[in-house]
Amino acid sequence: MSEQVFEATIAKDQRIEPRDWMPDGYRKTMIRQIAQHAHSEIIGMQPEGAWITRAPSLRRKAILLAKVQDEAGHGLYLYSAAETLGADRGDLTRRLIEGRQKYSSIFNYPTLTFADVGVIGWLVDGAAICNQVPLCRSSFGPYARAMIRICKEESFHQRQGYELLMTMMRGTQAQRDMVQDAVNRWWWPSLMMFGPPDAESPNTAQSMAWKIKRHTNDELRQRFVDMSVPQADALGITLPDADLRWNADREHYDFGEIDWSELKRVISGDGPMNQERIANRRRADEEGAWVREAAAAHAAKKQAVPA
Amino acid sequence: MSGEVKHEWPLFEVFVRAKRGLNHVHVGSLRAADHEMALHHARDLYTRRNEGVSIWVVKSDDVVASGPDDKDAFFAPSGDKAYRHPTYYAIPESVPHI
Repeated sequence: MSEQVFEATIAKDQRIEPRDWMPDGYRKTMIRQIAQHAHSEIIGMQPEGAWITRAPSLRRKAILLAKVQDEAGHGLYLYSAAETLGADRGDLTRRLIEGRQKYSSIFNYPTLTFADVGVIGWLVDGAAICNQVPLCRSSFGPYARAMIRICKEESFHQRQGYELLMTMMRGTQAQRDMVQDAVNRWWWPSLMMFGPPDAESPNTAQSMAWKIKRHTNDELRQRFVDMSVPQADALGITLPDADLRWNADREHYDFGEIDWSELKRVISGDGPMNQERIANRRRADEEGAWVREAAAAHAAKKQAVPA
Repeated sequence: MSGEVKHEWPLFEVFVRAKRGLNHVHVGSLRAADHEMALHHARDLYTRRNEGVSIWVVKSDDVVASGPDDKDAFFAPSGDKAYRHPTYYAIPESVPHI
């Protein structure tokens, strides 16, 4: 009975809400996906956060601060959505710190120059938008609603990045070289953000059937490549792929083979920054513990003695 | 859930009025030690871009909700009361302004 209602709701393209009956697998998949997404937003504050104190102008500093604050907000919207399924955000944070839950592999790469801030906005947030726009129609209501809010804000992220890069490209040769170098380092990891190829993505079929996912990894990756090539041309940089060319038959860009062994390595913990990212998150959690406890004690005291 | 001491603050539901004249609408939840902190966090989290002119926060434990299983008992009776809708009544085309 309940299962029929669930299947019918999905079939009619309506949303599943937290108190509805749902299969255990759906609940588990949703919690895992939302938590992984939330963790990515929170860990994602670090690569760009590293440049806040070194931003080259007050304008860029204010923009970067607002953007990193948005990432924190996105993480919190998502933890809030995960909690509607019975997860506990303190518990999810512990799972992240203990390496039992994952976050996006992209945040395990270092930000070496200020051009990286621009390239992250353009490519990394651009790829995130490709992934996230279809998730606004995800079958789980609280997740879909959080994604709508996030996508609205994400557009600022991508545009500030591209504008930053255009500004650098109008600067000195050294600045143009810096942009090209950053693009060379971030292009392939950005393509990996869409996950393994469809043939090696065992969960995709079930997630598509449940309408948690609306497009396959390879479809979204192709869409991202098609969008990025003209943007790279307009910027005046070269994407680091000798096989990248327009295919008139497919009406898509062909692109080179992705080094999947690198993605596997980084996901399993052996990327350039994995240890530092988690160590920072752990430190923030531990050093913030007394603040959380003090606030809770203060609230308890106030409640005991009504004003 | 793990057995260790939980230091999580209680959960609050957040409602935002987008502009004067509109209802407060549920936008999500957050954790805070008390109501005052919940209000401040709600401002920082849910209204970073002029999304609202007024915020309500309510402890999630204080929300009493109908469940999906109550659906029939709660909402089915209104389904067979078609006479509550204006379109139930046939009025000749010739009668103006009704």
